[in-house]
Amino acid sequence: MNQESLWSIFINAVLINNFVLAYFLGICPFLGVSGKMETATKMGGAVTFVLVISSLCAYGLHSLLAAIGAPYLELISYIVVIAATVQLVEMFIKKVSPVLFNALGIFLPLITTNCVILALALFQTNKGYNFVQCLVYALASGAGFTLALVLMAGIREHLDLAEPPNIVKGTVLTLMIAGILALSFMGFAGLGSN
Amino acid sequence: MSVLISLTALGGLTLLLAIMLIWANKKLYVFEDPRIDTVEEMLPHANCGGCGFPGCRPFAEALVNGKVLPGKCTVSTDDGKAKIASYLGVDVGAEEKWVARLACAGGTNVALNRARYNGVKTCQGAALVSGGGKGCFWGCLGHGDCEAVCDFDAITLNAFSLPVVDVTKCTACGDCVEVCPKDLFSLHPISHRLWVNCKNLEHGDEVLEDCQVGCTACGKCAMDAPGNLISMINNLPVVNYSLNHNTQVPIQRCPTGAIVWLDDKQGAVKGTESKKIVRKGERLEGFS
Repeated sequence: MNQESLWSIFINAVLINNFVLAYFLGICPFLGVSGKMETATKMGGAVTFVLVISSLCAYGLHSLLAAIGAPYLELISYIVVIAATVQLVEMFIKKVSPVLFNALGIFLPLITTNCVILALALFQTNKGYNFVQCLVYALASGAGFTLALVLMAGIREHLDLAEPPNIVKGTVLTLMIAGILALSFMGFAGLGSN
Repeated sequence: MSVLISLTALGGLTLLLAIMLIWANKKLYVFEDPRIDTVEEMLPHANCGGCGFPGCRPFAEALVNGKVLPGKCTVSTDDGKAKIASYLGVDVGAEEKWVARLACAGGTNVALNRARYNGVKTCQGAALVSGGGKGCFWGCLGHGDCEAVCDFDAITLNAFSLPVVDVTKCTACGDCVEVCPKDLFSLHPISHRLWVNCKNLEHGDEVLEDCQVGCTACGKCAMDAPGNLISMINNLPVVNYSLNHNTQVPIQRCPTGAIVWLDDKQGAVKGTESKKIVRKGERLEGFS
């Protein structure tokens, strides 16, 4: 059992070990959906949402698999259960709240199979978090992802008005900014003990 | 033993999830107008965006909801539009056909190059290298990005590397407008026949040094045109299409044939006083 305090988990996942900028997970949506602030925040919300759901699923599955003595099935069953649950939740949202579906709907299937989701499930199992810790970890990871996305979107929106040399326009510039952001996030490395 | 456990565990898990999803699919089914699917089937599936919607499905939704008329689709044939109209019980909503127009006549036979470009054979690539090799900074680079991007095979490069738009195939989707690094394409109703075939902002002999068919900004067309139909802005004639522009008078005295009358069959018709093109096929000469 892990005795890490909730505050420490939170700071760790948001800043020190940010999923995007320290672990380099979820780079695809990070580069793809960071063009506009509005879609970036929506994507961040959707990812946080899926992270929480998958964290809960993974926690339940972990205890279940431990009970039947087959922990080696964790990886494969995580994927299956997370994908199915997100599908279910998507249908549910479509039925109950069309407004929310229009805001998040198109992002949900995109992120179901993203590496961030699976990484979270595996990390929390490895670290042996309890239920509340898992929940905080998922929320913080989502917040960290959103933070990275919003930072990126803000910079890119400003860059639309700037005139970078033609040779770095587009993806090149985005990757360079991502690298600089990651570098600056290394400054948080001393904040916590890991 | 462990094989059995994992088989049953995974099998049970997936079965459970499958049952749950099937149940949810039935219980949480959201009703969608079945006509949307049918109308989408009738549309051309080009997803070109020429109608102003992101694709054929959103357009079909708007059609079924009565927000637009089938005539907005720029790709369907008249028969196809009529079919959709009768299926939905609405007017066809005849829209004038729009096409993409190119504002440059500087093929390799008339326009000089000031440098040889040997890089990637695209206009986008050539434009990156100080604007491409053409003498005229505004002119068509002739590597055929527009030909490549056109989904409808409506654009072909002619013998002088100048794109020619086939108005019968063009759907005014706007892909060529976006891809051209020199912004030479624009979308116009097909009735806009009085056309300025040049974008060069220089005037006089500076233009002629680079291109024999460029606009020298002499202003004769603006003088001859009835009323304020044509005004000279930044060394180029600009046609005010909101006025009656169905006249061939302005093109007649153009010395270079930069302002033309676009005929469906004959292509660009030049005025009577435009001079013959003397130089042919020479490149890079006349520059030191």
